[in-house]
Amino acid sequence: MNATAFFLAALTIAVALAQVETARADAPSGTARSPAVGQALADLGSREDAVREGAARLLIKEADESLLPALEQMRTDGDRSLRMAIKPVADAIRNRAKLRDADPDIRRSAANDLGSSGLTEAIPWLEQAAAGETHRWARYTMQEAAALLRLASPDPTAKLAAASVLGELRSQNAVPALKELAQRATESGPDPDQKRVELAAADALERIETWSAWSTAIETIFRGISLSSILLIMSLGLAVVFGLMGVINMAHGELMMVGAYTTFVMQACFKAYLPTEWFDQYFLAAMPAAFLTAALVGLVLEMTIIRFLYGRPLETMLATWGVSLIFIQTARVYFGDLTSVTAPTWLNGGAQAMVGVYLPYNRLFIIVLSTICVVAIYLLLFRSGLGLRVRAVTQNRSMSACLGIPTRKVDAYTFAFGSGLAGIAGWALTLVGNVEPGLGQNYIVDSFMVVVTGGVGKLAGTIVASLGIGGLNKLLEPSMGAVYAKVLILVFVILFLQRRPSGLFAVKGRHADA
Amino acid sequence: MKNPHEPAQSLETIKPHKEEHRRQPSRREFLVNGTKAAAGIGVAALLGNLGQWALSYAADKEPIKIGVLHSLSGTMAISEVSLRDVVLMAVEEINAKGGVLGRPLKPVVVDPASNWDLFAEKAKQLLVQDKVAVVFGCWTSVSRKSVLPVFEKNNGLLFYPVQYEGEECSHNVFYTGAAVNQQAVPAVEYLMSKEGGAYKKFYLLGTDYVYPRTTNKILRAMLLAKKVPAANIMEEYTPFHHQDYQTIVGKIKKFAAGGGACVISTINGDSNVPFYKEFANQGLRAEDAPIMAFSVAEDELRGMDTTALVGHLAAWNYYQSVDTAHNKQFVSNFKAYCKKNNLPDGDKRVTDDPIEAAYFGVHVWKQAVEKAGKTDVDAVRKSVYGQKFLAPGGEIMMDEANHHTHKPVLIGEILKDGQFKEVWRSKGLVKPEPWSEYTNPEKGCDWVKHQGTYKKT
Repeated sequence: MNATAFFLAALTIAVALAQVETARADAPSGTARSPAVGQALADLGSREDAVREGAARLLIKEADESLLPALEQMRTDGDRSLRMAIKPVADAIRNRAKLRDADPDIRRSAANDLGSSGLTEAIPWLEQAAAGETHRWARYTMQEAAALLRLASPDPTAKLAAASVLGELRSQNAVPALKELAQRATESGPDPDQKRVELAAADALERIETWSAWSTAIETIFRGISLSSILLIMSLGLAVVFGLMGVINMAHGELMMVGAYTTFVMQACFKAYLPTEWFDQYFLAAMPAAFLTAALVGLVLEMTIIRFLYGRPLETMLATWGVSLIFIQTARVYFGDLTSVTAPTWLNGGAQAMVGVYLPYNRLFIIVLSTICVVAIYLLLFRSGLGLRVRAVTQNRSMSACLGIPTRKVDAYTFAFGSGLAGIAGWALTLVGNVEPGLGQNYIVDSFMVVVTGGVGKLAGTIVASLGIGGLNKLLEPSMGAVYAKVLILVFVILFLQRRPSGLFAVKGRHADA
Repeated sequence: MKNPHEPAQSLETIKPHKEEHRRQPSRREFLVNGTKAAAGIGVAALLGNLGQWALSYAADKEPIKIGVLHSLSGTMAISEVSLRDVVLMAVEEINAKGGVLGRPLKPVVVDPASNWDLFAEKAKQLLVQDKVAVVFGCWTSVSRKSVLPVFEKNNGLLFYPVQYEGEECSHNVFYTGAAVNQQAVPAVEYLMSKEGGAYKKFYLLGTDYVYPRTTNKILRAMLLAKKVPAANIMEEYTPFHHQDYQTIVGKIKKFAAGGGACVISTINGDSNVPFYKEFANQGLRAEDAPIMAFSVAEDELRGMDTTALVGHLAAWNYYQSVDTAHNKQFVSNFKAYCKKNNLPDGDKRVTDDPIEAAYFGVHVWKQAVEKAGKTDVDAVRKSVYGQKFLAPGGEIMMDEANHHTHKPVLIGEILKDGQFKEVWRSKGLVKPEPWSEYTNPEKGCDWVKHQGTYKKT
């Protein structure tokens, strides 16, 4: 580039940014701009819409990242119309740069933005990026975005190709545009090109909709499983305490709250005393802490109150309800009303299983966790000495005592174990909900519902009942809405218990009503 | 129980004293006593004069009682305690400057404990027993509805500081929060505008109670009037404390596919965190479908993990981040007040829209009393009309007739630190309309030319 052109460029920019007093160090050095770009920068501030738009187009085509600081400066100094004109230009340039970002999520969201921007200039960028893309879903989004942009172009052959690509991709994002195209089929004249495009659109639409029905079904199943796993993890502790010991513990929800607040305290400790790169580990460290704290609280509760009320369910219920109120107020006084637990980064976001099906990591984690808990309880109850004693005491207390089993101790351990499970539930629930004093109250009714429906005293019953209630809830919710789905579930449970008062898996035998 | 022997014992112990007093005083003693008595009379006369003057002064200075009716315990305490704090701070400010009409204000604070029946009971106690001149209180619409008959029957005066669903026009309430046309309607208009993103599809999502239902009814009527096809409007409600938002977020994702969709959220309280978390975890971004919330302010964000909320929007009439010297002073005063009085979280406290509205409510009432020259409810009511005050968020004006407040409307973007960045501000103040032009175009509210709600002709 010769010196005259260089000076001309510099001069034009200087004029364009007349109101910008700040000297920009990068402008004259190395990356000199062509006069056209300088002119376009000036035109962005023009009063005429056509001039402004032309300038924006040109700048987008150029998509030179070195323009960004200048644009940013103009944006902060300019008036509203200038800011509005600059925004799409700056966004396009920024998104183009982001297509080369190291993080696939950022590449993806940039492609998504370009796809919905309607800028035909972005098609080659996207196609080029897609060709070199290694991440499956980022590539998918780039292809989809490029096809979406092509679909909006006036050329019928490009449209045709785009429609079939979108059908191939099962792109949910293309539905509105394709619908519009297909709609036109009924109104349009005899133009054969037009007709073909419309047919292709209708064809693509059908493919997408079939796929969408499938993906909705898969997602519904996943949601059902996820809700079931949450119900299960809430009820496991109760299944032990209520099911095996027959103690109606109304403070069970508050033991969950203890677990949740333990997680919160752990997080605060990690934040305060350990280096930041360790922060994500707090969540794992909080699990044993939540279990032990809740178990300890449960042990104290058993030794001070519940021990004296065995065999008196009504009194136990009232006493533990009182305890739960005390816990709630204590938490409110000590921690205030809203305290947040930040999920560790590795549990944020989700995995895309297939087009349109997104599986959040936190929910996958809870599903795995509840499975592990079930297995652990099974092993403990049916494969260990302690479990044998627990079952013996549950079945026949006096006979067990005669045989030398310390029934009091077994009671205390069982209760503490059930409470510890509640603590783990509280720990896991911080991933989906908030941590507040009333946390337990939100879950206690559902937990009792699951245990009672499953059949008191049967672990398998609890599992099946939580799957049934969770699945049914998610099946009903899309059509009925959240409020009525919940009402209907309760009606179902009542009717079911009318028919089978002892739940899904009734304990059979002579000791059943003892 | 009192010991039955006690009176007898004490009588016996008193006797010797009485004997002693009957002893004749000596001459010297008489002289000393006489001098003492004379001096005493002199001092007493002097004090008496002073006392009389002090007494006449104190009669004017007798404190004016005002009521503070906010839940300090129970589920609403999280929001309402801050309003009590700011009302007491305003009272302290006013008293430091000599009170109202030269008389100090004396707040009577009661705790209705988030219990709606108790609200009515406590309101009655304030009006009938304590005879307060004015009450600052309530948060939820249901609590306001439950105290309304009490205020109307006893001709009390209530300043209500929270945005609400409108459709009310009481002679005994001044609404310093926003009516629907000062929050929800402009927020949706903003989203429809080119600047706001020109959104075409609206998902109205709320908790199942009167405020979201009424607001969404008005918004739906408005969207239909603006030619948004009914297929592009979804409406959905969840029960209180709803935790599982999987299905709803899934629906929003389908609804938002292809772009141009936004969510209008009137979700209340503890359901917000699970909702925003699920929204982010299912891969939706604020750029694809922003959530515009009407019930999430700085005070609620204080305790939340904001990662999932960043970039989403809210509509209010005030933010702590309003960049004026006046507001900065207010914010630091509030923090200092909380620290000084050892309130929980001390100087980490934040201000937000209802806090500001509660604060300027006290000052508006003070100005009105000074204009009326007395605390009588009927006189004060008349002088509230048209009252102007430089609130922390900018100057506001009480309406001339409809008991609501002219305020600016601000749209803000949620930032990582739980504060808002203002992205849009209304031109000037927006006139409040308790009856929405979209759902009740024939109704108006006017206490000057009409008797409250009237039929427009």
